[in-house]
Amino acid sequence: MILAVGLNHYLVLSALIFSLGVLCMATKRNAIGILIGVELVLNAANINLVAFSKYNAGVGDGHIFAVFVILLAAAEAALAIAIFMNFYNTLRTIDVDRGDELRG
Amino acid sequence: MDDLAFYIFAAVSLLSAIGIVASSNIVRSAVCLLGTLGGVACLYFVLDANLLAVIQLIVYAGGTLVLMVFGIMLTSKSPWVGFRATRGQVAGAVLVAILMAVGISTLVLTAEWSQSANAPLKTSPSVAEVGEMLLTDYLVPFEVASVLLLVVMIGAAYLARTEK
Amino acid sequence: MSQITLPWIEKSPETLSGYRRKAILLLFVLAVGHLGIALVSLFAFKPGQLADWKIPFVLALVLGASLAGMAFTAGAFGVVFYRIIGKFLRWSYVAFALFLGGVVGACLIVWLHAEIFTFIKGLSAAEGEHRVWLLAVPYDHTVRNIYAGLEAIGVEVPVLAYALWPLQFEFIRDLVALGGIIGFISIIPAFGIWWERKVSARIQSRMGPMRVGGWHGWLQSPADGLKLIFKEDIIPPEGDPLLFRLAVYITFVPPICAFLALPFAAAWVFRDLDVALIFILAMLGIEVVGVILAGWASNNKWAVYGSMREACQMVSYEIPMGMSLLIPIMMAGSLKLTDIAGAQAGGFWNWFVFANPWCFIAFFTYYCAALASCKRAPFDLPESESELVAGFLTEYSGFRWSLFFFGEYAAMFIVAGLAVILFLGGWSSPIPEAWINSFLTAVGASPDGFFGTLARGLLAGGPIIFVLKATFLFYVQLWVRWTLPRVRIDQVLYACVQVMLPLVMVLLLANTLWILGTDHLQWGWLNVIDGILHWILVGIGVIVALAILCIALYGFKNNKRLVGQLAVVDQLPGS
Repeated sequence: MILAVGLNHYLVLSALIFSLGVLCMATKRNAIGILIGVELVLNAANINLVAFSKYNAGVGDGHIFAVFVILLAAAEAALAIAIFMNFYNTLRTIDVDRGDELRG
Repeated sequence: MDDLAFYIFAAVSLLSAIGIVASSNIVRSAVCLLGTLGGVACLYFVLDANLLAVIQLIVYAGGTLVLMVFGIMLTSKSPWVGFRATRGQVAGAVLVAILMAVGISTLVLTAEWSQSANAPLKTSPSVAEVGEMLLTDYLVPFEVASVLLLVVMIGAAYLARTEK
Repeated sequence: MSQITLPWIEKSPETLSGYRRKAILLLFVLAVGHLGIALVSLFAFKPGQLADWKIPFVLALVLGASLAGMAFTAGAFGVVFYRIIGKFLRWSYVAFALFLGGVVGACLIVWLHAEIFTFIKGLSAAEGEHRVWLLAVPYDHTVRNIYAGLEAIGVEVPVLAYALWPLQFEFIRDLVALGGIIGFISIIPAFGIWWERKVSARIQSRMGPMRVGGWHGWLQSPADGLKLIFKEDIIPPEGDPLLFRLAVYITFVPPICAFLALPFAAAWVFRDLDVALIFILAMLGIEVVGVILAGWASNNKWAVYGSMREACQMVSYEIPMGMSLLIPIMMAGSLKLTDIAGAQAGGFWNWFVFANPWCFIAFFTYYCAALASCKRAPFDLPESESELVAGFLTEYSGFRWSLFFFGEYAAMFIVAGLAVILFLGGWSSPIPEAWINSFLTAVGASPDGFFGTLARGLLAGGPIIFVLKATFLFYVQLWVRWTLPRVRIDQVLYACVQVMLPLVMVLLLANTLWILGTDHLQWGWLNVIDGILHWILVGIGVIVALAILCIALYGFKNNKRLVGQLAVVDQLPGS
């Protein structure tokens, strides 16, 4: 029965969220919007890891990987925001399409 | 009951993810991100990954999201400024995203997974087990990650400082 | 200016008493009618006569009619005896009696509920397969089955079998438990706000609310709540109306979710999560998102200032708060709140706050950080009324505004409850249970008899002790708020990053080494020092507790005199 939830449901959900994250990265011109897209993509990957850890005979490796992904996402967000602040201080805007000069 | 929970939380996270993409107001996008993060955290609860669910809530929703809203507040001149991509760009991006979603889904649904994909085989590790794994099998990545966090902390503070 | 008219007040006394007579008649007729329906259905439907799908309707008929009948009876008696009730409410200590009665009553109801649930689980399952009509959820016990079980213990009331039937589902049980939690959460702000006003009045030598409800204005908060519901609801048109509405719920719901994992006693917890502590911290952390959004969506300079301060403060104080909480976790070796509290049972000298000096200091660092993360004074920068109008609350009015306070008071209770569970022994009483048992046998009461069970339930630990302890720490929050001046925002951040964070790190490291030395390496000399320090700390704790008790008794004894003196202006301080 298709309504009984199995591994595939989680994988499809993750694929959808991943695509939405990519779409978000592609359509937003606000730098923080792009960061939000990245977070979506990472979340999609995490769903995969945890679902595989639950449905295939893992020993919890998926959980560990997911913990590291969350950790790296947090680190990445902190750095990205710091870079955006610098970007804004230099260009007085957060529109990524305006950051096309090589000179700072 | 678990199935019902899955459908509810999956719907919440998907709808909020669509909200993120569809909203032109960046603050609203961030609020929708809260919905997605919360929905995914609830899915972790459904998957018996309690530790991961609370880490998701405390790090993403309590920390990263606050940081993002903070960044939005500091970098926008007016709350309602929205930069929109051009129509052609949006159309191309939507096309690519749909192709990607369909492609990955087909790949996933046709793949032969090594184990039976519809019955959970093992009870998930408890918090104590995850902790033990972190400090034995994964000790080196754990320590490297802590060093990385330190580096990131210093780097972010250096980048975000004001020029004297 | 048009004259405000209140039609029901401007009637003549004769007309009013006519209305009253009609109301009494109507209410009594309705009450008798509903009770009649309930009684008829009580005897009309015998278990086994009905198909299963009719059960919910019969249940609605019986329970609904009896509840409505009781409500109408109560209403009718209220209208008849309103003067006597008014007099009764004006007695002293009615508020305390009602509050304690409410807590005890809630405990009794939950306990009864648990007993009934074990009773149903203990019944033998009915033959055949049964499914709920339409939903196809399987269940074990039919009404006939439950009735047979009731007959076996000598209760021959058919309706009771119908009433017990839904309780076999976990879902229904969860719903009842949620109802209890939400009821408790609505009591906290109502009681807490009134109490805060009385405490602040006491500290400032005033009276505080005195009129509404009788004794010391104890109905003031429900009256204020009623007023707030009817106030005009203003949404700034230049802001973001959607986020303005949403922010309230993001602030208000997480503290309530935190109650789902907060144990009130060993078995008194909605979900005993193995990550309960981090879950509660996460919920308190999400609250801040709502506050930031509230400030942002208001499109008001002061509101944005308030929410920026809130963001800085919350994010930075979460770190010392979480790190101080690591110390009791390390002592207990578990993240489960029930385990942590269980490790401290058996006398107040076992509480973690007295375990070693590091825990003792960590209790205070936790409490300060918790004050800051609840935005309570002296850290109430986000809503500091003398600088920022009302901070992020500036644009809010009416019921939305009061929902923020629901969230705030719920969060205050949660941090107090966490402090109790992690440092102050949770729900275990200061006196060991063995002493109570031997005392009971000494006075000739069996510890397992009725009075013995009651005494043990009240004294040896349980939800009532937990609520009392948490209420004390809640009171300390009020006390601090009305005693200390507010600090500046840069001082708040300085205190966190440069004072509290290094201190907590040192504590964490020291505690780790200390436990390593005493528990794992078993160094003799360190164990001796540990024992001496432990008893010194216990001594400090006893002295502080006795001092607080003496001060409270002194204040209580001089209560009447002080209020009498206040009328004489000459004796006011500074005159």
